[in-house]
Amino acid sequence: MIVASRTGQALLGVAALAIASMPFWASSWHMQLVSTALVGALLALSLQLLVGGTGLVSLGQAGFFGLGAYTVYLLGSPPVWIALPAAMAAAGAAALLTGTLALRTRGFFFLMTSLAFGQMMFFAFHDTGLGGGSDGQFIARPFLGFALSRQNRPAALLLANLTVLTIVYAALCWLMGTAFGHALQGIRSNENRMAAMGHNVQRLKLAAFVLSGALAGLAGHMSVLTDGFVNPGLLDWHRSAEALLMILLGGIGALHGPILGAFALTAVQEAGSLLTDRPRLIEGAVFLAAVLFLRHGLAGRRR
Amino acid sequence: MLAGLLAQVLNGVQYGLLLFLIGSGLTLIFGVMGVINLAHGSLFMIGAYLAFAVAGATGQFWLALPLAIIGGAALGTVLERLLFRRFRTRPHMDQVLLTFALILLFEEARSAVFGNQFHSVAIPAGLDFSVPVVGGFRYSAYRLAVLAICLAIAAGMVWLIERTRIGSAIRAAAENAAMLDLLGVDATRIHRLVFAGGTALAMLAGALAAPLQSVYPGMGDGFLILSFIVVVIGGLGSVAGAFWGALLVGMTDTMAKAYVPQAGGIAVCAMMAAVLIWRPAGLSGRG
Repeated sequence: MIVASRTGQALLGVAALAIASMPFWASSWHMQLVSTALVGALLALSLQLLVGGTGLVSLGQAGFFGLGAYTVYLLGSPPVWIALPAAMAAAGAAALLTGTLALRTRGFFFLMTSLAFGQMMFFAFHDTGLGGGSDGQFIARPFLGFALSRQNRPAALLLANLTVLTIVYAALCWLMGTAFGHALQGIRSNENRMAAMGHNVQRLKLAAFVLSGALAGLAGHMSVLTDGFVNPGLLDWHRSAEALLMILLGGIGALHGPILGAFALTAVQEAGSLLTDRPRLIEGAVFLAAVLFLRHGLAGRRR
Repeated sequence: MLAGLLAQVLNGVQYGLLLFLIGSGLTLIFGVMGVINLAHGSLFMIGAYLAFAVAGATGQFWLALPLAIIGGAALGTVLERLLFRRFRTRPHMDQVLLTFALILLFEEARSAVFGNQFHSVAIPAGLDFSVPVVGGFRYSAYRLAVLAICLAIAAGMVWLIERTRIGSAIRAAAENAAMLDLLGVDATRIHRLVFAGGTALAMLAGALAAPLQSVYPGMGDGFLILSFIVVVIGGLGSVAGAFWGALLVGMTDTMAKAYVPQAGGIAVCAMMAAVLIWRPAGLSGRG
């Protein structure tokens, strides 16, 4: 997986600065839209650690995302410095549990097993009263350290999401350059060779899975912070598929691909619901076109 | 109490057999072609809506069953020809996205034609009564008919796969694709047959299920996930595995929903986890 070149990183930096300046020139609605894209980018980035980073295609990422969000709800919306690590820890623990089982399988079986475990988490919140029922709940946003008002909220949340995404992206850039990151890349290109070279492939994959789950939980936490709402739809497997699409749209071979893909997909969905009564038609057509014609994604690198 | 249990057992078997119709197609399509088809649940939904439309327009529910099979075979042939053939050698991720796109498009088409309401399909008039089974216990005649139809199809599939030339070619393809070429069999023909057959079975299952439950948007989703679990439990490309896996899943899901409603969705996944610990490659043991 390719970490963006110096020019690429500079362009990403310029884009981040443009987003950071939005409170000076953009409407609340636009800032909320970009916040949605940033949360989507965070989820897709967490999944990219598995897909592009380790070669594991998982369809259960939304489970960890929703679990992170519901952790905030179940703890009664504590301040961010408690809610955020708690969401990551809960999602990471769930990933450790399900990953230990799911990683016994490979390829197609892993995909299906991850989907089934994701759905299991979905049912845990959909069928039981645990998370406030199947219709969802409005909840107080975790305290950010200063009071949010109607006026400053979109800007504050936008900057919070941007900051978290930037930190996670930078951390993953660093991680992919470490021995651990190189080992994951080795597994992606040839798992048996890595095992033959004496790497504990199983443990490396599990470590990636847990880290990825924890990051998805972080994304879920940011989603609650942004929307002040939880519902079982957060764990729906359609969201996992959308995260995969973001990766494909952006480019499976590049670490920054999911970020581009998240913005592209959010734009498509928004345009779809603004311009037509049938947004899924637009979204489906884009999926189809992307998978048929856009083999290397917006980042334009080889797989 | 006992009669209630017996009814749940029969419900479980009948649900499991419907899952077998969906899951056996899924497992063969993956086993033979190497393609993951997430849209398989949508095909089930299309079958159910077909039954709704046919029963509504003509008043003849039974007409929907042959139509589902013929329509399914035609739709499957077209999909295989236009899309799935090209995706056989593509990465899993591309197959996931292709078939997810199809889900969105099918759902949108369904919404355009039928709207987003819940519909119900009446139980066909000839079978709208209950049959005494043992003692005072009676069971719906239509459900028994579904059971019989599914069992007949399962027996037919086992015969086709185990006893005929085409069946041995399908088994060879699921076991080892390269072997087909060595045997001088036209692999493309086998792929088309398996995909069309799988599609027809999924649509037939949808048509059969329509009178048993509501016909509603996204109804394929639950069946899709459960039939994935059937494939994981049964083992890839194995029709016999899919059969036992489907019965196990159908029974577990029905029992859990009847006696521990809150654990309904979780029970099946927990069972899958148990099977994975015990035999990671599924009950039939091939990976």
